Amino acid sequence: MTDSTQMAQTGILDKLTPSTVAGLVGKSLTKRNRGETVFQAVGIGAISLAVVLVLILFGSVFSKGLPAFWQMHINLDVTFSEDRIKVAAAPVREDFANDAEYQDARNKWVNSLNFVNYNALLLDALSKHIPEANDDRRAALALVTSGERFALRDLIANDPSVIGQTLPLTLLADANVDVWLKGNIDRSLPDEQQQLSAQTREWADRLYAEGIIENNFSTALFMNSDSRSSLASAGLAGAFMGSLFMMLIVIVLAVPIGVCAAIYLEEFAPTNRLTSLIEVNINNLAAVPSIVFGLLGASVFILAFGLPMSAPVVGGLVLTLMTLPTVIIATRSTLKAIPPSIREGAMALGASKVQAITGHVLPLAVPGILTASILGVAQALGETAPLLLIGMNAFVTSVPTSPLDQATALPVQIYLWQGNELRNFFEGRTSAAIVVLLAMLITLNSIAIWLRKKFETRW
Amino acid sequence: MEATMTNATASTAEQKIQDRTVPESTVGEVHVENPRMTARAVDVYYGEKQAISNVNLDIGLGQVIAFIGPSGCGKSTFLRCLNRMNDTIDVCRVEGEIKIDQDDIYDPRIDVVQLRARVGMVFQKPNPFPKSIYENIAYGPRIHGLVKSKVELDEIVESSLTRAGLWNEVKDRLDQTGTGLSGGQQQRLCIARAIAVSPEVILMDEPCSALDSIVTAKVEELIHELREQYTIVIVTHSMQQAARVSDRTAYFHLGKLVEVGETKQIFTSPTHELTQDYITGRFG
Repeated sequence: MTDSTQMAQTGILDKLTPSTVAGLVGKSLTKRNRGETVFQAVGIGAISLAVVLVLILFGSVFSKGLPAFWQMHINLDVTFSEDRIKVAAAPVREDFANDAEYQDARNKWVNSLNFVNYNALLLDALSKHIPEANDDRRAALALVTSGERFALRDLIANDPSVIGQTLPLTLLADANVDVWLKGNIDRSLPDEQQQLSAQTREWADRLYAEGIIENNFSTALFMNSDSRSSLASAGLAGAFMGSLFMMLIVIVLAVPIGVCAAIYLEEFAPTNRLTSLIEVNINNLAAVPSIVFGLLGASVFILAFGLPMSAPVVGGLVLTLMTLPTVIIATRSTLKAIPPSIREGAMALGASKVQAITGHVLPLAVPGILTASILGVAQALGETAPLLLIGMNAFVTSVPTSPLDQATALPVQIYLWQGNELRNFFEGRTSAAIVVLLAMLITLNSIAIWLRKKFETRW
Repeated sequence: MEATMTNATASTAEQKIQDRTVPESTVGEVHVENPRMTARAVDVYYGEKQAISNVNLDIGLGQVIAFIGPSGCGKSTFLRCLNRMNDTIDVCRVEGEIKIDQDDIYDPRIDVVQLRARVGMVFQKPNPFPKSIYENIAYGPRIHGLVKSKVELDEIVESSLTRAGLWNEVKDRLDQTGTGLSGGQQQRLCIARAIAVSPEVILMDEPCSALDSIVTAKVEELIHELREQYTIVIVTHSMQQAARVSDRTAYFHLGKLVEVGETKQIFTSPTHELTQDYITGRFG
């Protein structure tokens, strides 16, 4: 021991005189400074790259998506002439003994409206601007999207008094007309490669030049459900409502269950094998690919419990399972971050454990719990894969009115649209749907930030 | 055991302090005439490790008793046994008997909530709740249902703060957060908070270690005034502080209570060598 001490004394430490130390430190300093510069440069580079990529993504999505919110419309004076609409007078409530009979008669009457030749009405209206329209009826009718025939029917059904009148209507142009006039297809392509006939293209150009066809902001994207027969009127309403129902289910189920589980595990659970097994499993669940949760939903909720396919209730339950680990883990780390001195302070005053937690720990944890919940919900909102396995990629043309109705979801709708054959039209449509989804996510995240600021306790 | 005892008495001044043997039984006067709390044969274990062994001690009514000793000697652990704060640590196990006014505090029939209302505590680091000054004080009386009206609560808040010597400094800003006060004010707020539930005993775990000397003097003065109404147990690292504020002093070493006695006697003529070494600053 003494020997080694002496050796150390005559060893390297003695050779290090102040001047040599200064020299050596100076030398190592240049190296260290270089290292720091490189480190900073790499960091700035990484951030710049990320920012550029995000800008490219947003740029491409917005440049394609925003024009899709505007669509070609045809302004026509449609005459609902009695010659064309040969139906009996609409039934009136007073003529019937009870509601059921009236409803019966009315349904029959509305059904008879299906046999009206709406194409003839449209041709009459188009002839006012294109006198030769009747020469090529097919080409003329291709200007208006097919869904507008049903719009005309619904107009009569809602207000039978329009029969005999002439109404100025703004009708959606066909998807291909939209593509043609917006220049989303190469105009120099030969006829056989064009979606529209030469006659239709010529008339479309003429009406656009005359101002009969206009590019207006379209509510169809928001008000309508998906459509395959009338592509121009395909909308997000069904998917939006489906997503909304699922989000509500996730908020109602995942947030309270997750927060309660986290509080129990963090504050009350005894440390034993069972608890640690549960903890390990929760952490593992967070890493399970989301499609596995879809399989689980299909086999448990649909096959075993007999819940309907393609329904937001099943989607919501699957997403709840998927979101739970996120909420639990984030809430637990929030609770862990609350200083134990606060708990001790409350308990030393005679507060019970529950009182200390509800009175002091939870109020401090609220911002973190809210953020965790909203981020979990946002993650669920953007999830696609598990929904495909429970049938939520179905083609649904009605807007769901309850979580038990068939529906699809926003990200699934994006997936479906990007695979549509009429790419020229749906590329913009898809980007528009992405813009809507992004808007929802940004709204949710802004709410999270706002709530965090609002409930934050200043120390 | 025979051998260790002989060893202890045979140890001389030349021997290293590490070689000194901690006595099996406490030197000095463990008992007092009028005890508020009594501890008999208290052992504390953290899992397998024994933190405190065989501590016998009376805490006198209306007295200030100081626990001193080197770091890790078990004085804070013993202090936390007195209001069962060790219950919050899963692996901690307490054996022996601790009584307050003849009630065994570890009796299963005793509710820990009731005990802590009788035995309050002030911590090393001031830990006011991140709420208003008023709420900090009102919390205890409210959860225990000590008051029936807002007027009574206001009165408790005022008199607690007055006793803690803080009323004049904060009376105009009771709605501001307690965490916004200075360190010394925060600690006095914590003392006021403890007083507000009218405890019989107040435990203080190194209450001044995070405070500067001027503020420390204020808190010590406060302890001096509080001895009229409360029994106070204070753990401290500062021997001067123990000498200034306490009536009796207990010296802990390696989980054992080595010596206890009148503060004056402990500091002027300690009986045990370990106490002597610690007091004279040979280790600490």
